[in-house]
Amino acid sequence: MEAKTNFAPNNKEGIVTLVNGPVIKASNMRNFAMREVVKVGPKKLMGEIIRMDGDDATIQVYEDTDGLKIFETVTGTGEALSIEVGPGLIGSFFDGIGRPLDSLLESEGMYISPGTSVNMLNRDKAWEVTPVAKPGDLATGGTVIATVQETPLLLHRIMAPPEMEGEITWVAPGGFHKGSEIVAKIKDAFGREITIPMIQRWPVRTPRPYRERLLPTEPLVTGQRVIDGLFPIAKGGTACIPGGFGTGKTVTQHQLAKWGDAQVVIYIGCGERGNEMTDVLEQFPVLEDPRSGRPLMERTILIANTSNMPVAAREASIYTGITIAEYFRDMGYDVAIMADSTSRWAEALRELSGRLEEIPAEEGFPAYLPSRLAEFYERAGRVVTLNGENGSVSVIGAVSPPGGDFTEPVTRHTKRFIRCFWGLDKNLANARHYPAISWIDSYSEYAEEVNGWFCSNVDSRWGSTREKVRQILAEDNKVQQVIKLVGEDVLPDDQRLIAFTAFLIKNGYLQQNSFGSDSYSPPSKGFMILDVIIDFYEKALNLVRKGIPISLIKEDESVDAITHMRELAADDTEGFALVRKRINAHLERVAAERTRKLGGE
Amino acid sequence: MANTEYIGVKDIVDPFVLVENVNGVGYGELVHVRDSKGKLRFGQVKMLSEKATLVQVFTGTEDLVPSTTKIRFLGRPLEVKLSKNMLGRTFNGLGEPRDGCGETYGGKRVNINGLPLNPMARQYPKDFISTGISAIDTLTTLIRGQKLPIFSGNGLPHNQLAIQIATQAKIMGSDDFAVVFAGIGIKHDDAAFFTQELSRKGHSNNIVTFLNLADDPVIERIATPRMALSTAEYLAYELGLHVLVIITDMTSYCEALREIGVAAGEVPSRKGYPAYLYSDLASLYERAGVVRGVSGSVTQIPILTMPNDDITHPIPDLTGFITEGQIVLSRELDSKNIYPPIDILTSLSRLMKDGIGKGYTREDHPSVSSQLFASYSKVQDVRSLASVVGEDELSKNDKMSLEFGRLFEEKFLKQGKEEEREIGYSLDMAWEILSTLPRSELTRVSLDDIREHIKTSGN
Ligand SMILES: Nc1ncnc2c1ncn2[C@@H]1O[C@H](COP(=O)(O)OP(=O)(O)OP(=O)(O)O)[C@@H](O)[C@H]1O
Ligand SMILES: [Mg+2]
Repeated sequence: MEAKTNFAPNNKEGIVTLVNGPVIKASNMRNFAMREVVKVGPKKLMGEIIRMDGDDATIQVYEDTDGLKIFETVTGTGEALSIEVGPGLIGSFFDGIGRPLDSLLESEGMYISPGTSVNMLNRDKAWEVTPVAKPGDLATGGTVIATVQETPLLLHRIMAPPEMEGEITWVAPGGFHKGSEIVAKIKDAFGREITIPMIQRWPVRTPRPYRERLLPTEPLVTGQRVIDGLFPIAKGGTACIPGGFGTGKTVTQHQLAKWGDAQVVIYIGCGERGNEMTDVLEQFPVLEDPRSGRPLMERTILIANTSNMPVAAREASIYTGITIAEYFRDMGYDVAIMADSTSRWAEALRELSGRLEEIPAEEGFPAYLPSRLAEFYERAGRVVTLNGENGSVSVIGAVSPPGGDFTEPVTRHTKRFIRCFWGLDKNLANARHYPAISWIDSYSEYAEEVNGWFCSNVDSRWGSTREKVRQILAEDNKVQQVIKLVGEDVLPDDQRLIAFTAFLIKNGYLQQNSFGSDSYSPPSKGFMILDVIIDFYEKALNLVRKGIPISLIKEDESVDAITHMRELAADDTEGFALVRKRINAHLERVAAERTRKLGGE
Repeated sequence: MANTEYIGVKDIVDPFVLVENVNGVGYGELVHVRDSKGKLRFGQVKMLSEKATLVQVFTGTEDLVPSTTKIRFLGRPLEVKLSKNMLGRTFNGLGEPRDGCGETYGGKRVNINGLPLNPMARQYPKDFISTGISAIDTLTTLIRGQKLPIFSGNGLPHNQLAIQIATQAKIMGSDDFAVVFAGIGIKHDDAAFFTQELSRKGHSNNIVTFLNLADDPVIERIATPRMALSTAEYLAYELGLHVLVIITDMTSYCEALREIGVAAGEVPSRKGYPAYLYSDLASLYERAGVVRGVSGSVTQIPILTMPNDDITHPIPDLTGFITEGQIVLSRELDSKNIYPPIDILTSLSRLMKDGIGKGYTREDHPSVSSQLFASYSKVQDVRSLASVVGEDELSKNDKMSLEFGRLFEEKFLKQGKEEEREIGYSLDMAWEILSTLPRSELTRVSLDDIREHIKTSGN
C-alpha cells in the first residue's frame, strides 16, 4: 500500500529555465504539485519542488547539477519526498535521500556520481514471515499483520499503514516471502480491496501518526556517567550537544549510539566527515551490545550525507532519519536517533534560502529556522502507538556553533525546543577532560522524571547522592574563582575539602575515556564511585571540623586510589569495597592520632 | 554549442561576464574568453538562465571590451591532465606548465572537482606516520590518510615545520611516496623555500608542484587546490603511491572565494565570507583518506594563517570543523624561542586514538599523552595564578607544576629543525618529566603504568 498522495498523474513535462547550483527553476509546471519529487535533465537528477509561482516552479536538486542545461526537461513522480520502510532497514547505510550506499558502491565504484537511482530496500531478498493476523480480523492503522525476525535483536512487525481500516481477507502464509510481495489483503468499508505490501512508503516531511502522547518516565541509559548521573535523558526525550570543533560532539554521539539502551538506533551523519561514518561501519559489527551480547549493527541504521555530498540532500537526511525512527516506534520500540550535526542541516537551509534570494533573518538564516527546528524535535516523544503499545523516539542533536559561541541562532533556538542540554567546554576538551560536558552549563529537565527509575533499579539513594554531588560541584565553582585569585593554600580547610572532593568527582567520576575498558559504565558502577567519594567527603568533613588539617586527610595512597576506581570493572564489587576499606582505615588512623596527640598534650 | 563562438558580452562585473542568447551550455562548463588581441583566458559557467549566462573568468576581466570579447563554450568542465610525467614538474594554478619544460605528454583528463567518495569505500585510517617530532608523534599523532592542518600566524615557522614533517615522515621512507605541493597566493620566496628544501633532501623527482603566487590572478586560486587534489588522487588511487599534499595558504584561498562571492552579489555570512564556505572547504578537505582495496593514500597538511592569530575566525574555525584535528602554532612559544612552537592544548589529532597504543606505538602512549595534556593544562592555571600572587606564594604542588611546565617546553617540545626522535624516546622522556610531579596529580595514567614507569616516588 502506498502512502497517500493526491498529486496529478505522471504525464507532464517542464523545462529548465535557470540553473544556480542546487537551485533551479523550470517553466510549464502548472500541473506539478508543491513538494512533488521531480527528475531533472537527461541524468534524471532527483529534485523537489519548493516553490510554485504561476507557471514556474523552483526546485531544489539533491544531486550535483554540473552539466545541466537550459531547456532540458523536468518530469514528475507524482509523489512527495518519500522513503521505503520495511524489513532490510536494520544494519543498512543510506545516503540523505535513502539510497543504499552498498548498492551504489557495487554499481558505481568508489565515487558517488549524480543521477544514480537504486531502490532503498532490496525487493528480492526473502524474509521468513510469521503471520500474526488472520482473515476475518479487523485491521486499522498500526495493526500488526505479520512479523519478520529481521536480526537476532529485532523482531520487525509489519503493520497496516496508518489511516486505513477494514477486514482482513487474506494473509500471506508463514514462510519465506520476498520484499516485493504483499503480506495481506483488506476489504474496506466501501468493499474495495486494499493490499498491504511488505515494503511500504512514507513521505518524510509528514510525521507518522500515533494515538496519544505520554510523559517520559524512564531514562535512556547511556553508560556515560556524566549523563546518566547528572544530566539524564529520558526515553522519548530530546537533547542537544553544542560545542566548538573538536570538543567531543561526535564521540559522545557515537557513545550513545553504542551504549544507549534503545532497541533501534539511527545515526545520521549530516554534513560531517566520511571517515566518521566509516568508523561506525567498521566498529559496530564487532562491538557487542552490553545487554544482549549481540553485534551492535543488528539494531543500527546509518544515514550519511557527508560534508562533500550535495547540500540539498543534507536538508533531507534529517527527515529520512526521523521517519525511519517513527516507523520503528510504531512497532512499540524505543528508538534513539542521533543527528550530527544539526548545524550543517541549518546551514543547508541557509544556503538554499540564499540561492532563493529570500530575505534572511539572523546571520543569514531564514526566518523559518526556529519553526523547522521545532518541527524536527517535536517528532520525538513517548507515545501510545496506533496499535495501543508504548513506543518512543529520543532525539539527540549535535550543534556546531561557529567559534564555539552558544549565543548564535542555531544553538539559541535549539535550546528552546529541547529539554536536556549537554554543553561542551573548550577548556575541558583542551585539558583532555573527556567527555568535556560542562557540569556548570549543562542541565536536564528529565532528572526528576527518571529519578524513580534509578532509585528502584540502581539504589534508593540515587537522587540524594546526585543532589550532594551537584551541591559540591556548585560550591567548588565558587571556590575555584577564589583560588584563581589567591591560590589554594590560604583557604579555610572546609573550602579546600570542597575543592578536593570536586577534584575527586571530576577525575574519578565525570571523566570517562571512550576508547578503553571504561567506555561503557553501567549506572551501578557510577553509583559505587560516587558513594565512595561522598562517604569520604562526609567523614573527612567531620575530621576537618575537629581541626584536623586537610593535608593529613588527603595525602595518602588510599585517597589517590579514588581517582583510579574507574579503572575497575563494573562487577568488581570487591575492588570497590577494598578502596573504601582502605580509605576508612586511613581516616580512622588520622582521627586516632589526633586524639592521641590531644590526649598527650 | 561546443564550437560556436559568441562575440560580445552584455555586462562585465569583475570577475564575471554576462553573455546573452546562448544555447546548449551546461552548468559548470569550461569557457574560453578571448580579448580583442586574441589572448586566451579561461572561465566557467556560474549561472544559467533563459536569457543570459554568467561566466566567471579566471585571471580576471581586466582589459575586456564588451563588444569585442569572444566567448567559446567548450562543453566540458575544468579539467586537469594527469599522467606519471607530472612528477618532478611545476604547474601554474590552472595546471599549465610553469617550469618551461613544455606540455606533459599523454595522460587522461579529469574534472578537477572530483566526486564525493562513497563512505563505504573508505577504510578507516590507522597507520601511524612517524615524523620524528616529539610533540606531533606523542600528542597529535599524524595518521596516514589524515587531513591535519597547521593553524599558524604570519611570521611563525609553519613552512619550516611542514618541510620537517614532509622530509622526516616515514611515509617517505620507500619509493612509493609522492608530495603534491600547492602554493596559493604565496610569496615567491616561500615557494622557492619549499622547492629548494625538498630537492636538497633528495625529493625533487617525486614532487608535483602547483603554484599560484601572490601576484598571480586571484581567481585562479579557486582552481589550484583542486588541481593538486585531483593529481594526488590519481597518484594515490591509480598509481598506488602514498601521497602527502601540502596546501598553503588556505587563507588566500578563502579570501579569493570571498572576493568572488561579493562580486556575484551573494548574501555574505560571517566576516563577509560566503555562506557556503563550509561546504566549499569540505569539498577540498574531504579529498583525503584511504580507500579499501587500494594501496595508495592521500594525507593532507593544509596550512593556514589565522588572521590576527584568532582561532575563532571563520577560516580556522570552519577548517577545524572539517579536518581531523589541527596543529596550532603559538606566538608565545615562538617568542620563547621554542621550535616547533606547537600549542599542544589547542592542537588535536582525532585519528590518533586508533593509531596508537598496543600493537601500534606503545601500550602506555594513550594514557601518557592524556596525562601530559592534563598536567600542561594545569601549568597554564598555575602560571596565571603566579602572575597574580607571585611565584613565591605558590604551594609546593603548584611549584612542582611550574617546573614541570618548564621541562616540558624546554626538553620535550623544543627540538632541532632536523632532529629526528623515535617515538619510544619521546614517550620515555614524557615519563621522565611526569615523574617530577606528585603522584596524586597523575590521574590519567593507570596505577599499573605508574608502577611500571615511575621508579622513584614522586611524592
Ligand atoms: N569521551 C571521550 N573520550 C576520549 N576521547 C574523547 C572523548 N570525547 C572526545 N574525545 C577526543 O576528542 C576528539 C574530538 O572529538 P569529536 O570528534 O567528537 O569532536 P566534535 O565536537 O565532533 O568536533 P567537530 O565539530 O569538528 O566534528 C576525538 O577525536 C577524541 O580524540
Ligand atoms: Mg564531530
